[in-house]
Amino acid sequence: MSGNSIIGEAAIRAGCQCYFGYPITPQNELTEYMAAHLGRRKGCSFVQAESELAAINMVYGASLVGARTMTSSSSPGISLKQEGISYLAASQLPAVIVNMSRGGPGLGSISAAQSDYFQATRGGGHGDYRTIVLAPSSGQELADFTHRAFELADKYQIPVIILGDGMLGQMMEPVEFKHEAPEKPPVRSNALRGAKGRPSRAITTFTSKPTELEEINWSLFRRYQLIQRRETTYEAFMAEDAKLMVVAFGVAARIAKGAIKNVQAEGLKVGMLRPITLWPFPSAQVTSLSNKVKQFLVFEMNMGQMIEDVQLALTGNGDVSFYGRPGGVIPTPSEVAKVISRIYYQKGLK
Amino acid sequence: MLIKTVFAGFGGQGVLSMGLNLAQAAMLEGKNVTYLPSYGAEVRGGTANCTVAISDEEIASPVASAPEYVVAMNKPSLVRFQNQLESGGILFVNSSLIEADISRGDINLVEVPANDIAKKLGSPKSANMVMLGAFTRKSNLVSLSTLIEALEDTLKKKKKVLEVNKKALEAGYSYFK
Amino acid sequence: MKKVYSRPKSLKRNPFHYCPGCGHSVIHRLIAEVIDEMDLQDKAIGIPPPGCSVFAHHYFDVDMAESAHGREAAVATGIKRAFPEAFVFTYQGDGDLAAIGTAETIHAANRGEKMTAIFINNAVYGMTGGQMAPTTLSSMKTTTTPYGRDVEIEGYPIKISEMLALTRGAVYIERTAVNSPANIRKTKKAIRKAFQSQLDNLGFSLVEILSPCPTNWRMEPLESWRWIDEVMAVEFPLGVIKDVTGSKDAD
Repeated sequence: MSGNSIIGEAAIRAGCQCYFGYPITPQNELTEYMAAHLGRRKGCSFVQAESELAAINMVYGASLVGARTMTSSSSPGISLKQEGISYLAASQLPAVIVNMSRGGPGLGSISAAQSDYFQATRGGGHGDYRTIVLAPSSGQELADFTHRAFELADKYQIPVIILGDGMLGQMMEPVEFKHEAPEKPPVRSNALRGAKGRPSRAITTFTSKPTELEEINWSLFRRYQLIQRRETTYEAFMAEDAKLMVVAFGVAARIAKGAIKNVQAEGLKVGMLRPITLWPFPSAQVTSLSNKVKQFLVFEMNMGQMIEDVQLALTGNGDVSFYGRPGGVIPTPSEVAKVISRIYYQKGLK
Repeated sequence: MLIKTVFAGFGGQGVLSMGLNLAQAAMLEGKNVTYLPSYGAEVRGGTANCTVAISDEEIASPVASAPEYVVAMNKPSLVRFQNQLESGGILFVNSSLIEADISRGDINLVEVPANDIAKKLGSPKSANMVMLGAFTRKSNLVSLSTLIEALEDTLKKKKKVLEVNKKALEAGYSYFK
Repeated sequence: MKKVYSRPKSLKRNPFHYCPGCGHSVIHRLIAEVIDEMDLQDKAIGIPPPGCSVFAHHYFDVDMAESAHGREAAVATGIKRAFPEAFVFTYQGDGDLAAIGTAETIHAANRGEKMTAIFINNAVYGMTGGQMAPTTLSSMKTTTTPYGRDVEIEGYPIKISEMLALTRGAVYIERTAVNSPANIRKTKKAIRKAFQSQLDNLGFSLVEILSPCPTNWRMEPLESWRWIDEVMAVEFPLGVIKDVTGSKDAD
């Protein structure tokens, strides 16, 4: 199955009831998968919306009434969705948003890139909010993280972004689905489904009193702190006796892993930290690594975005180098291996 | 051991299904495998290609900058991919359609008259499976029987197409003794 | 003594904050009356817009959810697709429905979403302070057309209801006004009919209501009532624009 189809199947198995989308390369297989497999399921719905704006606002509507719901797009389309994501965050409504990102800015390229890191991890739309961001790097993780995304969204009543890229979306890899689709899609308990047997309720965020909004902001912030404490996830690879730590996420981490195996064979002590949740970022892990390791290499398929989170976590207690390929260029493991070994020698680690 | 293969040809020649079948077979044999199609503004009659990576270990990148094997079903593919081939790699050429003029001395050439064999079988469209059979014989990446098993998996509802493709695979495979 | 007039059950006990002479209060009440009469209070979900009626949830005693500007029809689509048993009405102004939300509205209508849009046309952006709306009349003065709307530069007042009537999914569209007791009664009837078409699962329905905004029109309330008849209704003629519900008029 292609990565895009894997997400679709995993979403259905996670109880996704409604999908709203608009075609854009390189994520069309996901929209098509939902059209073929979700639309005809009992009680489920697929709509090809007239725009990304409409799609995300349909997600908002479906989430209001308690459905597990999802939309997907690629970079330019995700820009359009930011309005709705901000409203979802403000209204504390769960939703899953998939970004199979491509090169930018502008119309950019349809090739895989990681240039939406800032957009994904800084909220993206207007206002003071965060979204959980999961960064898979394989077909299996696309399946597992899609399931986790729906669980997290419901648990914390928050929009969750799956940040993949064109390569993950197009690539086929063996995958094992660990969940069966529920017979009836679940309905969230606090859903807005008419004032039957209870007083009427309103989901709103607008207020004419700044202090009320401040209180909303504080309550969101406290939830974000909770998520940071509980849900931060990462993978450490060959970190024990490393003298140089590579920090990379998603597809770049996968490429870096191959590169690290190459340089390990030459006797270089290099490890990797892969943030799995990009927000919350594993800052504490980076900080504690810096007690043992002083040299870091951040490798991203962009001009340097996650590097800012690494630098913040290190607060000067470590030396950070950067290697990036933007625009949709996919670097090879051997290219990255050369960079790693150059930096290793330059920094006098051998 | 990590082996990458690029299948390339005209859109409509079935190059993507060649790659897909190989990937499926490798998966059935319990290997790590990735399949990456070229995507985007593809049109019928244009060029299409896909990359299959097969390995005993985790695969870092599904992209092949220097593949071990290239299967060229048409002339533009030959021109485009022969320079990318790894030194010592094998270039499979559909000799029914292409005169293989190879400028590199460090690669091996395998010529398969895929369209002619397919025509003789009475199914000209199955040239891709003929080529895949011949490729499998030479590359030994997977066994013929798993390849057929993979094919049965994908074509379980299309019995006729399956039979035709099976024959083509076997004909290609036995083209080299 | 016999009680002949009381607050509808689905209106809360909050005094309206709207300007004197504003049409919102009347229209809110009409909607609430119809909700009561059709027994919809416990299945209704209302979608008010950003705009003067952003606090509509202070008044309607039904479930309500805020929408981003212009996206009400998309939100309603999401609700109805996930929970078809809901009764959904949007409450939208002219800037909302006929400018920023044109795409969402047209496509929801074209898909025949089972929803009702209550479309308030007062020819002006009220909450932001009286700027030009897509429905602002030719040569009408607003804060962004200080010399009057020049159709050569700003285009013509848009007739969104007539446009929507062309979509196959729209089953009932009527334009009414709330500038006289007779017109108010007609408006209520139109709302009832639109709601019924949704309950019958027929498709998209919309009631466009010409509504006075004396504050931004710089008029006395009575003057604004007359202006609707004499000027606005000439550009936006009242009446049924489309009705393929097949239902007979009750009276």
